[in-house]
Amino acid sequence: MSGTALDLSWRHGGAPWGRWRGEPGPWPVIGALVVLSLVFQAVNGNFLSADNLVNLTLQSASLGIITLGVVLVLMVGQIDLSVGAVSGLAAAVVAVGFVQQGWPLWVAVLTAVLLGAGIGGVYGLLTTRLGLPSFVVTLAGLLVAVGLQVRVLGSTGSVNLPYESWLVRFAQQTFLHPVASYAVVALVLAAYVGSRLLERRRRVEAELSAASLPTVAGRAAVLAVVLLVPTWYLNTDRGVGAMVALFVGLVVVADLLLRRTAWGRSVRAVGSNVDSARRAGIAVRRVYVTCFMACTALAALGGVLSAGRLAAANQGTGGSDLNLTAIAAAVIGGTSLFGGRGSAWSAVLGVLVIQAISSGLTLLNVDSSVRYVVTGVVLALAVTIDAVSRRRSEAGGGVRR
Amino acid sequence: MSAATDHGAGHGSGPSTTAGTPVLSLRGVSHSFGAVRALVDVDLDVHPREVVAVVGDNGAGKSTLVGIMAGTIVPDAGELVVDGQELGLTSPGLARQLGIATVFQDLALCDDLDVVENLYLGQELRRGGVLDEVAMEREAWRVLSRLGARVDSVRAPVATLSGGQRQTVAIARALLGDPRVLVLDEPTAALGVTQTAEVLTTIERVRDSGHGVVLVSHNMADVQAVADRVVVLRRGRLNGDFDAEQASYEDIIAAITGVSAPRRRRTAGEDA
Repeated sequence: MSGTALDLSWRHGGAPWGRWRGEPGPWPVIGALVVLSLVFQAVNGNFLSADNLVNLTLQSASLGIITLGVVLVLMVGQIDLSVGAVSGLAAAVVAVGFVQQGWPLWVAVLTAVLLGAGIGGVYGLLTTRLGLPSFVVTLAGLLVAVGLQVRVLGSTGSVNLPYESWLVRFAQQTFLHPVASYAVVALVLAAYVGSRLLERRRRVEAELSAASLPTVAGRAAVLAVVLLVPTWYLNTDRGVGAMVALFVGLVVVADLLLRRTAWGRSVRAVGSNVDSARRAGIAVRRVYVTCFMACTALAALGGVLSAGRLAAANQGTGGSDLNLTAIAAAVIGGTSLFGGRGSAWSAVLGVLVIQAISSGLTLLNVDSSVRYVVTGVVLALAVTIDAVSRRRSEAGGGVRR
Repeated sequence: MSAATDHGAGHGSGPSTTAGTPVLSLRGVSHSFGAVRALVDVDLDVHPREVVAVVGDNGAGKSTLVGIMAGTIVPDAGELVVDGQELGLTSPGLARQLGIATVFQDLALCDDLDVVENLYLGQELRRGGVLDEVAMEREAWRVLSRLGARVDSVRAPVATLSGGQRQTVAIARALLGDPRVLVLDEPTAALGVTQTAEVLTTIERVRDSGHGVVLVSHNMADVQAVADRVVVLRRGRLNGDFDAEQASYEDIIAAITGVSAPRRRRTAGEDA
């Protein structure tokens, strides 16, 4: 939503609806989503039903929040393998703190998220001060978090959350009122058009190239369709889940932070070339630490919400393939494993692809083995696109180190 | 090497073409990497409106000197004096704040970021807490056109630019905060003939606008084209300080290599 949207590609920090210079941008992912939807819909007419899509969005929210954190860490060229374990630990802390220790629920939630941020802080210190590779540090963190999760849950290994608690109600039954959802859409559109027009006026005054009024109107119309159609369709069933709204809201905040603040710019700079960033006077350590902390805090929040959605926390929460799914979602969504390129929106797109595959194959009564294989193939495709587009932009460049 | 610095190194008392207080002085700077003594007791003065060339063979300590002025290397001993104040340069950001801007040999650009983002990296303009892209883009065009740069779009990732364009972006970035001293590390090493000429013109332009310039190079043609003063490093020590107009090519080469020059041996400060 800045001047960069004029001609800066999505993965280089432009808006997702900006222009791409020989870069695939989000189109491969969007294309994959469309193909998957059509195939599943053709085989099972329930796939694109409002009911199924409401479920799909609800299932996407907590994984999406975890993925958003992974996106931040990938953008600085690091990795966090422990997001699943941290989310499981956070779920355990909330359940045990609230149910067994009798803490107020908000205290339990806050404790879990702060604990998550603290774990990220430790990762950040170990990688920046001691120079340990994040791969190993977070692998160690994974083991520690799993151990703590089992210990916190105690002998029963499972703690149920009462259905009447606000966390469970928020995660399971709270939907935006249709009026509220349309009001939010209208507000977003107004903010978008307003900021574009303001931007345009400043650019014209500065004698810079500026988007023409029809272009602004056209982009606003596209955005309106993109926002209104899903909102309307979900509203024909239960509506937009509160958790979904929270997820999208977090993505918007992260997107604005990444594209419009000095912090976001330093994140991309560090991911692109850490030596250059350091010599440009950027506090590189602080950037790493903040990204690790944001990642684990978001993972913890995702774990808390999934505990709310399941109304329980057990030893399996956050386990099995959640780590890898979150990382795969970030990469499928278009964030580069090589650092420096990506967008907060890739969390949304990637998670939608993963959940579409999962939901579609469940509707088809296909064994979960197929789901893993399909997801794996999609991930391999996404990484290929990433690597090829990176190599192409390198080949097109001038002198490189 | 005992008499290595007997000839006019420092305090503007030597054959310098410029007088007055230096904008930047290094005093007794030494630095070691493990057992390797990269710099030993080096003094250097940079005056306004002066191009000081630092020459030397590979491994003479040139890059270490650049790193110390840029704030990326904290020397073991010695100090920097900026405007009469003794300082410890502990970070690149601090160096910039004090008006010492460096163009590194590898340019230190971020390939994924566009021209404007690279120009303002670490010193972004803000407006109400968020980045002021409009002001940065306007200034980017201004500073690039002042350098006579030919760039189609300031919003293209620098990975898509040519070597010369990247060099110009790096120099433009260094000039952004109107620094007192511009340090260039081998600025023409990767460039063709035309681009080299452009960079040398840029250096003269920067000098004429009142900046002090430190040109680190082992290209003697560049040095003789723009330098006012030539400082020779040899094995981490100062090995001569020449007035560029008077010193001959042979004198400087002799000081670089340590081979005794056939003539003017003493004035070259060489200790045979």
